[in-house]
Amino acid sequence: MAEIHLQATAHSYIANPKEPADYALKSLDHVWEDGGAYALLGPSGCGKTTLLNIISGLLTPSEGRVLFGDTDVTHRDTADRNIAQVFQFPVIYDTMTVRQNLEFPLRNRGMTAADIKARVDEIAEMLDLTDRLDDRAANLSADAKQIISLGRGLVRSDVNAILFDEPLTVIDPHKKWQLRSKLKALHRQFGFTMVYVTHDQTEALTFADKVVVMFGGEVVQIGTPEELFERPAHTFVGYFIGSPGMNFLPASVDGTTATVSGQQISLGAHYGALGNDQVEIGIRPEFLKLSEGDSATIQSIEDLGRHKIAKISFQGHSLSALVPEHQSITPGPSGLIFEPERTLVYQNSHLVTGVK
Amino acid sequence: MMQKKLNQKAWFLVLPVFLLVAFSAVLPLMTVVNYSVQDSFGNNEFYWVGAEWFEEILNSSRFHDALGRQLLFSGIILAIEVPLGIWIALSMPKKGWGASLCLVLMALPLLIPWNVVGTIWQIFARADIGLLGHTLAAMGIDYNYTQNATAAWVTVIIMDVWHWTSLVVLLCYAGLSSIPDAFYQAAKIDGASRWAVFRFIQFPKMQRVLLIAVLLRFMDSFMIYTEPFVVTGGGPGNSTTFLSIDLVKMAIGQFDLGPAAAFSLIYFLIVLLLSWVFYTVMTARDAEAGQ
Amino acid sequence: MSTPMTIMRLIKRIRITPTLYILFLMVPLYWLLTMALKTNAEILGGFSLWPANPTLANFKTILTDPSWYGGYINSTIYVALNTVISLVVALPAAYAFSRYRFMGDKHLFFWLLSNRMAPPAVFVLPFFQLYSSIGLFDTHIAVALAHTLFNVPLAVWILEGFMSGIPKEIDETAQIDGYSFSAFFTRIFMPLIGSGIGVAAFFCFMFSWVELLIARTLTSVDAKPIAAVMTRTVSASGLDWGVLAAAGVLTIVPGAIVIWFVRNHIAKGFALGRV
Repeated sequence: MAEIHLQATAHSYIANPKEPADYALKSLDHVWEDGGAYALLGPSGCGKTTLLNIISGLLTPSEGRVLFGDTDVTHRDTADRNIAQVFQFPVIYDTMTVRQNLEFPLRNRGMTAADIKARVDEIAEMLDLTDRLDDRAANLSADAKQIISLGRGLVRSDVNAILFDEPLTVIDPHKKWQLRSKLKALHRQFGFTMVYVTHDQTEALTFADKVVVMFGGEVVQIGTPEELFERPAHTFVGYFIGSPGMNFLPASVDGTTATVSGQQISLGAHYGALGNDQVEIGIRPEFLKLSEGDSATIQSIEDLGRHKIAKISFQGHSLSALVPEHQSITPGPSGLIFEPERTLVYQNSHLVTGVK
Repeated sequence: MMQKKLNQKAWFLVLPVFLLVAFSAVLPLMTVVNYSVQDSFGNNEFYWVGAEWFEEILNSSRFHDALGRQLLFSGIILAIEVPLGIWIALSMPKKGWGASLCLVLMALPLLIPWNVVGTIWQIFARADIGLLGHTLAAMGIDYNYTQNATAAWVTVIIMDVWHWTSLVVLLCYAGLSSIPDAFYQAAKIDGASRWAVFRFIQFPKMQRVLLIAVLLRFMDSFMIYTEPFVVTGGGPGNSTTFLSIDLVKMAIGQFDLGPAAAFSLIYFLIVLLLSWVFYTVMTARDAEAGQ
Repeated sequence: MSTPMTIMRLIKRIRITPTLYILFLMVPLYWLLTMALKTNAEILGGFSLWPANPTLANFKTILTDPSWYGGYINSTIYVALNTVISLVVALPAAYAFSRYRFMGDKHLFFWLLSNRMAPPAVFVLPFFQLYSSIGLFDTHIAVALAHTLFNVPLAVWILEGFMSGIPKEIDETAQIDGYSFSAFFTRIFMPLIGSGIGVAAFFCFMFSWVELLIARTLTSVDAKPIAAVMTRTVSASGLDWGVLAAAGVLTIVPGAIVIWFVRNHIAKGFALGRV
């Protein structure tokens, strides 16, 4: 078991990358802690799978190094890396039984028959596959197949990390939850490092201790679900996480005050005089409060049962606010309160930290 | 498999095909059946002879020899073209312009009229003006496909490999390109050897197209006529007289209608029977697994 | 560090196989082409790997003599006719097989396919008599009809594979939207299986274009295919190798053009057919 280090790791599918846009994965330094549960979150084509394949060794990065503990594995084969990977579509060997599928990685590594049997029985027990061991794997349902592909990773006792590439895509919704809980339980039991790629924020936030948010080939934030919610480091994280996403307003900021089209909004920290270059303030709909007044207009209300979402027009910008279910509101003029502590400042899409 | 509705009106949609095939297959076949049980002394007088022609053909050494040659030929063709085709398909580029170029060039022999294929090899293998024949002669190898039976066989077999291996390649390539990358990646992670990847991933996924390949290659090699006819004319002697060549000789050359018709029916039944055997054997494992 | 190197070497070595195979395919074709560019005197006069004085005279002979180029026209006509007939009857049938169950459907399907297993040699004589008796001997339509023997089953088979890949909800939606069956079929369904139709047409073209035995038997003068013109010239005009080679080269050209158009679909065509 070891930490996984990425040192200035970058990858381009083009032979001689020149611009940043040529990179599928922009230069990244990160240490994946031993035993951590990570989620890689981002829209399609943001470089999640590229990053995953670099860790597993299916892809050799065009720049930088990959270390497992102190060992440089950048140019090592996948098979030598003690890594297991579960793919988007279940990969099973059709012509084999469930048992043969589970035995396969061990046979390839030349283990003795007795050891193989012991190990396979143990893993099958753990995954509730014991009574299906002699079935043909091809005839099983999609979720059972995913369990088998997970099992093929788990049988190897030397596994450092298990990587998941959107493993629940083809699973029925009600089975998804079961499978996810099982993964969490296994993680607690064995303590291997888990990296889980997904584009579904709920999946990422419920699964992981730490979420790595990617956008355009770049890691824009690494943090706990709470950090991602409360202090998005990048406007993309604000949009992408939360439902509805964070509100952003172009503003000018001076000291503890932001000005949006003439309206002053006070901030929870002191910022120096920021230039006029792409400055925005951001606030989550959860922290935007409606009050008496007429500085804004409620345009429509969506009642979700648990709470309401008000679409608000403020100085020509449209915002969303989360309103408690019991609070009665009607379309029309309304006041708007920005919680100062929750109003964050962004420049060129990146979070600016103020002084308290 | 999608759920299909029961609808007898669908017969109207199939009717044109039914009528057309009835016209172009059933009608001629009935003529054949008709001839096969009759004899004629010319001037359109026929009389019933029952199974006499069938007995004659089945007991004739001429038929036995042609059938033997045919089975040997098809056997050799399958033994060479199927493994070779698989191997080439495995080593082809998977995508990109390289794959397109390979496909286009490889498909080329398939679209050449069969007698032109014969002509190409007739020219190519001649010792006086052909590259192959000339080279072999220059190397001191005694090679003359018009006089030496072995040379004739080798020529006809190489010609068929040249002509048809691409079909097996195309089919296997189609089967291979339906395998998602994740399978190869998973196999890498599982530490599978190159052989294991072939045995447990590529071969199972190719099985269906391989069945088509084997059936098509068997049927077409078993019915081969034009190419060897152009190159060797069935000779030297009768050494490359395969079933179709023999049949046409009998029907058109000698105008022995009765025996030729009986020959035709036996021939057709053998193709059907052997195709059925191939099909059953190759799908037996799937059937066992309850699929 | 040695692993990437071995992989690189492996990739390089692997590609040798298709290269060698393509070379094996191309050499006889190259030989045909060089012969077509030589004069008969040069061919018979001595052995050379390429033409000393390339000449187009052989091609000119073919393209100016009606008995030669007429063969190409005849072949093209019956191949085109056959492709159209095969597709027109195969389309509705393939639709029926892919969408409905009906009395005898499975038997009919396998009976159709079994015609692909009939040796053409078996049909030579009965075809000759059949088409002579109805006065179609030596016409393009006779050859076109005769070739449906193996092309219609194949077309039904390929099209059925493609059609089964189209969800039947599309049919139902069109019905709800008030399309008549024929409007639905021609305006909605056929464009959806466009590549399938292309592939089926390709195979019909191919098998009709390459067949000689039946085409030769059913024609004598007016509809004689190029392939038959070639065989007769060999025996009659004392083996003019150059012209023969040039004629051969010209029979390859249409096939090469067609392949180029369907290059991305050929492999798919067979893979989709059901067994």
